[in-house]
Amino acid sequence: MEPLLKVDDLHKAYGALKILNGVSVNVKRGEKVSIIGPSGSGKTTFLRCINFLEKPTSGHIFVEGKLIGEKTVSGKFVHVSDTELAKDRQEIGFVFQRFNLFPHLSVLGNVTIAQTKVLGLSQRDAEARGRQMLEKVGLGHKVDEYPERLSGGQQQRVAIARVLAMQPKLILFDEATSALDPELIGEVLRVMRQLAEEGRTMVIVTHEIQFAAEISDRIIFMDHGAVVEEGSPAKVLKDPQHPRTREFLKRIEQR
Amino acid sequence: MEKLLAVYVDHIDVWLPEMLFFSITTLEIAIVSFVLAVAIGLVLVMLRVSKISPLVTLAILIIEVARGLPIVVLLYIVYFVPPQLVSGWNWSWYNAFVGAVLGLGIHGGAILAEVFRAGIEALHKGQREAALSLGMTPAKSMRYILVPQAARIVLPPVANYGIGLLKETSLCSLIGVNELMNDAKSIAFADYEPMAVFLLAAAIYFAMSYPLALILRHVEKRLNFSR
Ligand SMILES: Nc1ncnc2c1ncn2[C@@H]1O[C@H](COP(=O)(O)OP(=O)(O)OP(=O)(O)O)[C@@H](O)[C@H]1O
Ligand SMILES: [Mg+2]
Repeated sequence: MEPLLKVDDLHKAYGALKILNGVSVNVKRGEKVSIIGPSGSGKTTFLRCINFLEKPTSGHIFVEGKLIGEKTVSGKFVHVSDTELAKDRQEIGFVFQRFNLFPHLSVLGNVTIAQTKVLGLSQRDAEARGRQMLEKVGLGHKVDEYPERLSGGQQQRVAIARVLAMQPKLILFDEATSALDPELIGEVLRVMRQLAEEGRTMVIVTHEIQFAAEISDRIIFMDHGAVVEEGSPAKVLKDPQHPRTREFLKRIEQR
Repeated sequence: MEKLLAVYVDHIDVWLPEMLFFSITTLEIAIVSFVLAVAIGLVLVMLRVSKISPLVTLAILIIEVARGLPIVVLLYIVYFVPPQLVSGWNWSWYNAFVGAVLGLGIHGGAILAEVFRAGIEALHKGQREAALSLGMTPAKSMRYILVPQAARIVLPPVANYGIGLLKETSLCSLIGVNELMNDAKSIAFADYEPMAVFLLAAAIYFAMSYPLALILRHVEKRLNFSR
């Protein structure tokens, strides 16, 4: 079966500085893939390339077989227009480390704005769906609050609701809990676990190894902009084959 | 005090209508130069943040010079220099009013360019990325996310500038625009009553600007993110 997400030989460099050196990853529909690796190994860059927040230097992204951010014109790959790129991005939800809620909009405004302005839903329908998503993340009682009055954990849950309201085919999480105080991490992980159980397709960059082990179908260990090792959590975490993986896991355990 | 009152009793029926009439010119200068200042400020800030280095340098140069000069000096330069510089043209349209709004507009544009830049720089890069990742085009992210946020930062200082501008229009009397201040001067010296006339002028300026300041304060309170 065709993978939902296909990342084909992705390279990314900033000038002479190479960040990604040929990453190829396939993700099946409903699959949960966690990416772990040392700081600076290119995990964030990898996620950002998937929805073209960064333009890959080379390589291609496909969602359900359709090219993201590019099209082929007489056999050559060319970048698409802003409008087409925006359309491609609708399929791909992105949860940021720092939440990035819109401070000038209420919680409900945050989860409705893209529904109305991008999907073209009526205000009423958008609010209905928005409330439903906020219920789901346990924030149904905060619809009229403004982001600055919420805790970090609540903000991140609103950010997740905002993504869910767009009904993406795939959700990317970039260290969704690392900006949070320890006591707030649990509430966000709980929501992510719930999404995983619903069978959503998720690519998760995380330092929460235990969490990754529990919810992932597959773990990818990245280092120096390349996939070093991948496989089931049991295999990669309990019986790592590559010395760099072993060293990384040992370092994390010691913390 | 009684003497002053007696002066007003004698003259107010002539002075007040005349000064109110010239206050209209004051308001006209303020409004036209405000619009001009916003337009010039937007152009300057676009150059300033363009990342095209000659344009950035040009913008910085204009901004620094226009802000660095006393407004009166700028008014004199803008009003008197161009006709002398390009003497071949027909400059009959270039009257004191035009010179005044251009001078104030350039000065205000330089001030507002910096205000706008502060608004742009206060925007977190993550805001645009969040908007894009939700499927907004760059134009939509501008319209629905970035501009509304910048506006909340920028509107109060812009409005403050506008109120200040209303008072600064009095400087235009120096290049001969017939506005409130100029009229006050001519009445004051014609009727030999400078104190009474200038106090009246002051009252009119205050009556025009203070309500605006009150409205602004009210709006500012309501602009806060969390209501
Ligand atoms: N815009 C940029 N210009 C230059 N270098 C960049 C840019 N963005 C990222 N980098 C570099 O790319 C490398 C990989 O960064 P990236 O954020 O992808 O790593 P990461 O695996 O997510 O790390 P962390 O675990 O700390 O989040 C880093 O060395 C970073 O400094
Ligand atoms: Mg990162």
